[in-house]
Amino acid sequence: MSVLLLLVVLAVLATAAFMLCRQRVMASVQGNPRTLHSLPVYYGWHGALMVLVPALTGLVLWLIIQPFVLESRIEAVLPPEMTADSSAMSLVMSDVRRVASGLDVAVAAGVMTEKEAGMIRTEFTNMRDKLARVGVALGSDVSKEVLAAAQDYRVLTAWGAAGRTILVVLLAVAGLIYSVMVTHRDFRARNRVEQAVLGLLIAASSIAILTTVGIVYSMLSETINFFTQYPFQDFFFSLTWSPNFQGDSELGIWPLIWGTMYISLISMIVSVPIGLFAAIYLAEYASKKVRAWVKPLIEVIAGIPTVVFGLFALVTVGPMLRDYFAQPLGWGNSGSSVMTAGLVIGIMNIPFISSLSDDIINAVPQSMRDGSLGLGANKSETIRQVLLPAALPGIVGACLMAASRAIGETMIVVMGAGAAAKLSLNPFEAMTTMTVKIVGQLTGDTDFNSPETLVAFALGMTLFVITLALNIVALLVVRKYREQYD
Amino acid sequence: MTDATASGMAAPAHPKSSLLQQTPLMKRRNSAEARFKAYGIAAIAVSLATLGIMLWTILSDGVSAFYQAKLSFPTQLTAEVLDPKGNRNRDEMGKITTLGYNKVLAAALKAELDSKGIAIEGQSEKEVADMISKDAAGDLRAMVLANPALIGTTIDATVLATGRIDGYLKGRVTMETAQRDSNVTPEQLQLADKLREAGILKSVFNWDFITSPDASDQRPEAAGLGVAIIGSAYMMLLVLITCVPVGVACSIYLEEFAPKNFWTDAIEVNISNLAAVPSIVFGILGLAIFINFAGMPNSSSIVGALVLSLMTLPTIIIATRASIKAVPPSIRDAALAIGASKMQTVFHHVLPLAMPGILTGTILGLASALGETAPLLLIGMVAFVDNYPSAPVEGFLDPATALPVQVYGWAQRADPAFIERSSGAIIILLIFLVVMNVLAILLRRRFERRW
Repeated sequence: MSVLLLLVVLAVLATAAFMLCRQRVMASVQGNPRTLHSLPVYYGWHGALMVLVPALTGLVLWLIIQPFVLESRIEAVLPPEMTADSSAMSLVMSDVRRVASGLDVAVAAGVMTEKEAGMIRTEFTNMRDKLARVGVALGSDVSKEVLAAAQDYRVLTAWGAAGRTILVVLLAVAGLIYSVMVTHRDFRARNRVEQAVLGLLIAASSIAILTTVGIVYSMLSETINFFTQYPFQDFFFSLTWSPNFQGDSELGIWPLIWGTMYISLISMIVSVPIGLFAAIYLAEYASKKVRAWVKPLIEVIAGIPTVVFGLFALVTVGPMLRDYFAQPLGWGNSGSSVMTAGLVIGIMNIPFISSLSDDIINAVPQSMRDGSLGLGANKSETIRQVLLPAALPGIVGACLMAASRAIGETMIVVMGAGAAAKLSLNPFEAMTTMTVKIVGQLTGDTDFNSPETLVAFALGMTLFVITLALNIVALLVVRKYREQYD
Repeated sequence: MTDATASGMAAPAHPKSSLLQQTPLMKRRNSAEARFKAYGIAAIAVSLATLGIMLWTILSDGVSAFYQAKLSFPTQLTAEVLDPKGNRNRDEMGKITTLGYNKVLAAALKAELDSKGIAIEGQSEKEVADMISKDAAGDLRAMVLANPALIGTTIDATVLATGRIDGYLKGRVTMETAQRDSNVTPEQLQLADKLREAGILKSVFNWDFITSPDASDQRPEAAGLGVAIIGSAYMMLLVLITCVPVGVACSIYLEEFAPKNFWTDAIEVNISNLAAVPSIVFGILGLAIFINFAGMPNSSSIVGALVLSLMTLPTIIIATRASIKAVPPSIRDAALAIGASKMQTVFHHVLPLAMPGILTGTILGLASALGETAPLLLIGMVAFVDNYPSAPVEGFLDPATALPVQVYGWAQRADPAFIERSSGAIIILLIFLVVMNVLAILLRRRFERRW
């Protein structure tokens, strides 16, 4: 029975449990709900939950555990020389799965019967031709061991599916019987249902933690894998980045860090003054009407996807900088450059800085402005000498967060900064960043056992640590230096 | 006061100060004030100007993607070529490849030119036939195979012209560029002018851009957004059904039930950190956990949706918590006072009142997920997909691509015609985003309550 069908069966059983329990409890009080402990509908929900929760838990556990059990059983069948190391093992396993699914297709297409599929031997038939006829292409001829393993695999999978169905249906029926048995007028159904709902709420809120654990785990395990293949000190202290998929590549992180930092620096030089002045003008000078129009317009920039900025960098900003600045000044002739990416990331970050700073400036109490103006300072003096110092921690926090966004930005640098890893001071030269290299090393066909691919996880880990540190520092700055008014 | 005691003496030596006449210091201060204000205006002008320039360049580059040069001419579907055995058997007709259909189209175009009296100067017949897109023969073949009765008749075929001819009509290709281009000759462009005068070559609205799948590097004229739009729609649907229940449940727990302890503190810190994690890191997570570990299919919409859900979750949680917090405690107190349980209070009173805010936050979260590109690149959605994914539920496992990824994919291709396609795709993407944002604003206006 397929999982989908199983879910349908569960839904039917749950509905039945709902109806039965409600009916039974209503019958127990001769149709007068006032003498019940809970509202009748809670008895129904209790029944449905008793069917669904154990059965679904069982199903999920079975689906998670079955592949592991299958794999270890298949491993035991295969000769040990085929399963010597993990990469050979995974190759053989994928062969086994392909042949098994090929056999399934063949059976479904009517080319062979179920019995033949189980009995067939490579000594007598050419499996590859036979499967190719039903549209299953195999890379190489099927060896005797793989075919045997595939047949075992099919048998085990069939047993697994049967076992799964039996377990789940048994659990569901047991839940149904139990819930009908306990249902009577004094049963505290509402409390039980509410406990279950609370459990669901807690489970949902744990997903945030699970995500973080998933991020850290996925990157950490592959990073450790990377460092077993590539020396730790070469990664952190080498000044050359030249991956080479034939092997013996140099994977020093510094050119990438330099590119990332250089681009972020330029973006901050663009976004901080513009964003800050825009915020100051909107908060302190602009009339209500101007503010009502301009503030949403600036926030439109924040809603534009980064790939749009990337195309803007690629098609407009890059060629413009090349034709009007870099080439006349003799600084290079590349359309993609640190300057291009930096400028465009700067533009992207303007609304981020301006709306955060706007909120912070607005949070400074009016009395401070009035006091300063009353002492004879004019508006700009008030802003520079009273408001900005008061708002400084918040503004610094906003800038640090903007910096972390600039460092983690991907699409704009992929499309605007180029792919050459070098250490250079010329802002009109193409350089590259960590994010570009993560995309570069992980897209397309990748082999998860070469250091050239795994380095992307080490880069991701570095990126994660840097951005996390910046955000934590931003949070600490805001907490530590925040002025408490009122 | 010194002035009062020295009333009989001469006026004090320090310069006269008057409101009407500014001292140098006042002048300096006033001009500093004016400068400061001008900086603010300049900052706003710069940011709005860049926004304007960006949108303008994209619109002006992209609008032309919605128009496409098409050739229309009567085509005789000669039975000798398309069905040599003459028995209209689909299996046998299927053996005729697009090459045969190319011949039919070339002959038909030639016949039309002859009948309109358009002379072909200095060009081989092959060059004339090359003005028809390589995609046209395939379309015609599909049409004939679907309806074999057409063979032997003469139909009015409307087929795509090649990308260069299309570019000429849009002004992207000129006589000068054609001389340096190996894919098109100036003579072909002159012929295109004549064809346009004769009404054979026309620029028409291009529905195929929205509905048809992607096409290979050599035929930008046939590339469309169909698969990308379906992929994005599938992902948004999946994000909606995975993210909203989890996000709302998490917010309810944190706002209404969570005790102050280590575990809930950890959850809160986690959520705010997740909101700041670069999107590419989520791509790495998707690749490592969903594809390598759980063995889900590469470049499928379900993996994309799971990654996007994890990214959108913090946004939805933050918005939902804000709107739950905005429901005044008096509502809760009143419900509890008349005997509702804590759970009933939340689900019967607080949640419905917080719903508009939750909806708005959800729509905005979805809008940002719709524009997200980087994590999708890592889970293989940038691959070339020219088959539509099948209908849900199996379709969620089929390879698909997404709108922003398609923008990136086209921008990476060599032919400049794809830049136009890329900008056109952005226009579609921006239309979706504008609709979602306007919806969010309207919802907020309509249902927002101030307590």
